[in-house]
Amino acid sequence: MNRKTTDLLVGLFVLAGLAAILFLALKVGNLASFSFADGYSVTARFDNIGGLKTRAPVKSAGVVVGRVQSISFDSKTFQATVEMEIDERYRFPKDTSASILTSGLLGEQYIGLSPGGDPDDLEPGERITMTQSAVVLENLIGQFLYGRASEGGSQ
Amino acid sequence: MTRLLDAIARLGAWVVGMLVGMGYGARFFLRLCLLSLRALRRPRLVVDQVHFIGNHSLSIILVSGLFVGFVLGLQGYYTLQAFGSEQALGVLVALSLVRELGPVVAALLFAGRAGTSLTAEIGLMKSGEQLLAMEMMAVDPVARVLAPRFLGAVIALPLLASMFSAVGVFGGYLVGVHLIGVDAGSFWSQMQAGVDVFSDVGNGLIKSVVFGFICAFVALFVGYEARPTPEGVARATTTTVVASSLAVLAADFLLTALMFST
Repeated sequence: MNRKTTDLLVGLFVLAGLAAILFLALKVGNLASFSFADGYSVTARFDNIGGLKTRAPVKSAGVVVGRVQSISFDSKTFQATVEMEIDERYRFPKDTSASILTSGLLGEQYIGLSPGGDPDDLEPGERITMTQSAVVLENLIGQFLYGRASEGGSQ
Repeated sequence: MTRLLDAIARLGAWVVGMLVGMGYGARFFLRLCLLSLRALRRPRLVVDQVHFIGNHSLSIILVSGLFVGFVLGLQGYYTLQAFGSEQALGVLVALSLVRELGPVVAALLFAGRAGTSLTAEIGLMKSGEQLLAMEMMAVDPVARVLAPRFLGAVIALPLLASMFSAVGVFGGYLVGVHLIGVDAGSFWSQMQAGVDVFSDVGNGLIKSVVFGFICAFVALFVGYEARPTPEGVARATTTTVVASSLAVLAADFLLTALMFST
């Protein structure tokens, strides 16, 4: 086999390998879905974030509009501070409320934004004041049992 | 009393021998790495080795990847369907391939297909006194013969492992969507939601690079240290397969514990 054929075959081999990596990154992974060109960050404080993780989606009306950037604990208010990056294309009113929701019964948790009616938009770096914590299953069961017990007592 | 002392002395000799062996191996590894950087100045040799090691391993890697994907699709479906969540087949196939099976199985096949041929080649060169002849001509055989092979294997294995994973995902898609009838949309969208580019695909790629270093080093080291007899070369070839497979599996455990423990 002469020089040129070898070079050609090796070139094809390397190209095929790079194509496979690209396929894994774009089609199998989620590279295409989170690389927002530009975004602005807003924060929100939650009493309880449940199982929210960084890079969880931020959705509004079911559409992914951003990602959770970081989650930290505020030792003054004893709340969780969630910083999220919203796609530059989307603007939300100042009185937008954020709630932590679960996709499906046991699916991953995400932040749902429901826009309010304020004429002014959220500015980059601003804080969403109206928040609703994650539903913790144990608390829910606890409340249910408590309710049942008090019901039984009144009879 | 003297027997006790003898036993202690044997233990000491064994430990010293182990340490010397490890030090020798580590120095050989560093030397190979340094010389590989210098081998970049002669890309012809490296390209030849990528062709010999990479292109010739393509068929076994692609076919195995496809069939591993098929089997993952079938087995995953039977398990998931018991929980009514066959939509998650895409995530299962993609995550198991990208995180574990792609790098590991590709490395094991690579050790069997390319590692053995490297060991046998180097061992025969040694027993035919070709390496000695090179040294006589003031050509360093490690730089001229071993380093391009090392670099070629280190380049080829991550590419092969990525192709293995990609073909495997495609195989899982063929079986899951076309044979069994899982919805194509949820297959891909759940996969994209569940697989992270950096923590899954990236770490899988890092794994395969590490395995490339391991396989290449073991194959070349064992071949270079083989006894220059037909029997020695045969034994070295066997050692290559056993040692690199075990080393790959052990390293995989360590890497998985480091990468995915949280």
